Amino acid sequence: MMVSFTLNGSAVTARVRHPLSLLDILRDEIGLRGSKGACHQGECGSCSVMLDGELVCSCLVMAADAEGSEVVTVEGLSPAGDLSPVQEAMHRAGAVQCGFCTPGIVVAAAELFEENPRPTVAEIRDALAGNICRCTGYNAIVRALESLAGRSR
Amino acid sequence: MEIHHPRTLDDALQARAAGATPLAGGTDLMVEVNFGHSRPELVVALRRLQELAEWDGHRIGSAVTWRRIEREGPKALAEAARTVGSPQIRNAGTIGGNLATASPAGDGHPFLAAVDASIEMASVGGSRTVPWEDFFTGVKETSLRDDELITAVHLPERLPPRQAFAKIGVRNAMVIATVCCVVTRDEDGTTRAAFGSVGPTVLRARAAEEMISAEPRPSPAALERFQRLVEEGVSPITDHRSTERYRRHAAGVLARRLLERCLR
Repeated sequence: MMVSFTLNGSAVTARVRHPLSLLDILRDEIGLRGSKGACHQGECGSCSVMLDGELVCSCLVMAADAEGSEVVTVEGLSPAGDLSPVQEAMHRAGAVQCGFCTPGIVVAAAELFEENPRPTVAEIRDALAGNICRCTGYNAIVRALESLAGRSR
Repeated sequence: MEIHHPRTLDDALQARAAGATPLAGGTDLMVEVNFGHSRPELVVALRRLQELAEWDGHRIGSAVTWRRIEREGPKALAEAARTVGSPQIRNAGTIGGNLATASPAGDGHPFLAAVDASIEMASVGGSRTVPWEDFFTGVKETSLRDDELITAVHLPERLPPRQAFAKIGVRNAMVIATVCCVVTRDEDGTTRAAFGSVGPTVLRARAAEEMISAEPRPSPAALERFQRLVEEGVSPITDHRSTERYRRHAAGVLARRLLERCLR
């Protein structure tokens, strides 16, 4: 079967043979490899995308259920070749080590700042509760987002 | 694979009668799919079915998400919602899915048991509403039939004014409960205490409830006795998450603390 949806503002149609996840078709059918797959059970957040305006794990979205939906991935957050404000802040603060969790964190943080432009540290940590990073210990990430919130120490 | 995107509940029930697997937030079903434990051939997608997302006073539609319950729910249910998974999971996962999965650790269950909620289910043949006790039948087992969908949760008209939820796990976020608990108390002293993760299904500590409900102003000794009766009233097991002994102890401590919160 085919599934059609809006991806980062453009209409796309992709083939779905099995009850695959949205993450699978984003990466393997459409070729957008920003969203990562690690746990495939909604624990790590590295596949985070926006689905109809809500932050979700794309590994837990059945691809066929994206029919008619609006999907925004990390690739859709900034104009080609440019950095989004969250990406810029993380780059400046050295908030990236291996980088595997980074796309999911960028999407989750973008959603946070859209809802709340001046989050507190507690709010930043709450918003990132579903995004696991095994390198940084989170401090540099939180510092980056604090600076974006105008709360740099 | 075939997927139905029903526009009405009737359409959804027809698909269900034809054997379709219900898909709402996908937070449980897709884990099964991703790990090859489930491969549904026919799916009925409920995420955007407006009829199931309606929340009318004391009737909560089954497709209402934890995100919404976190913001709009009664106090202890909202507190429980805050501990469900992560923001990503709460945006997708629904109260109906939490019931259908019927995990012994379901974070939403203790509140529903404490207030004696009922579960509404429907099939093409009609709908029925059963008390929570008749809904949960075992570990991940419910009385939902293969041709039925969970359509709503009914809360009583009047909820107890004092209510509190707490959960113990190995970390703050994104954790499956080692023990979770809701205690409610009414003005007349009527107390309810319900627990998750300490039995095959959510359970109530009835002897503890009865004892403390008769105490208008519980003394420290009464609180102590309440805690002991809770410990005796739960039936946990030892597994990879915790031990029987720890869970029993933690259930007593949690219930007492929540009761003290209700008494303040």
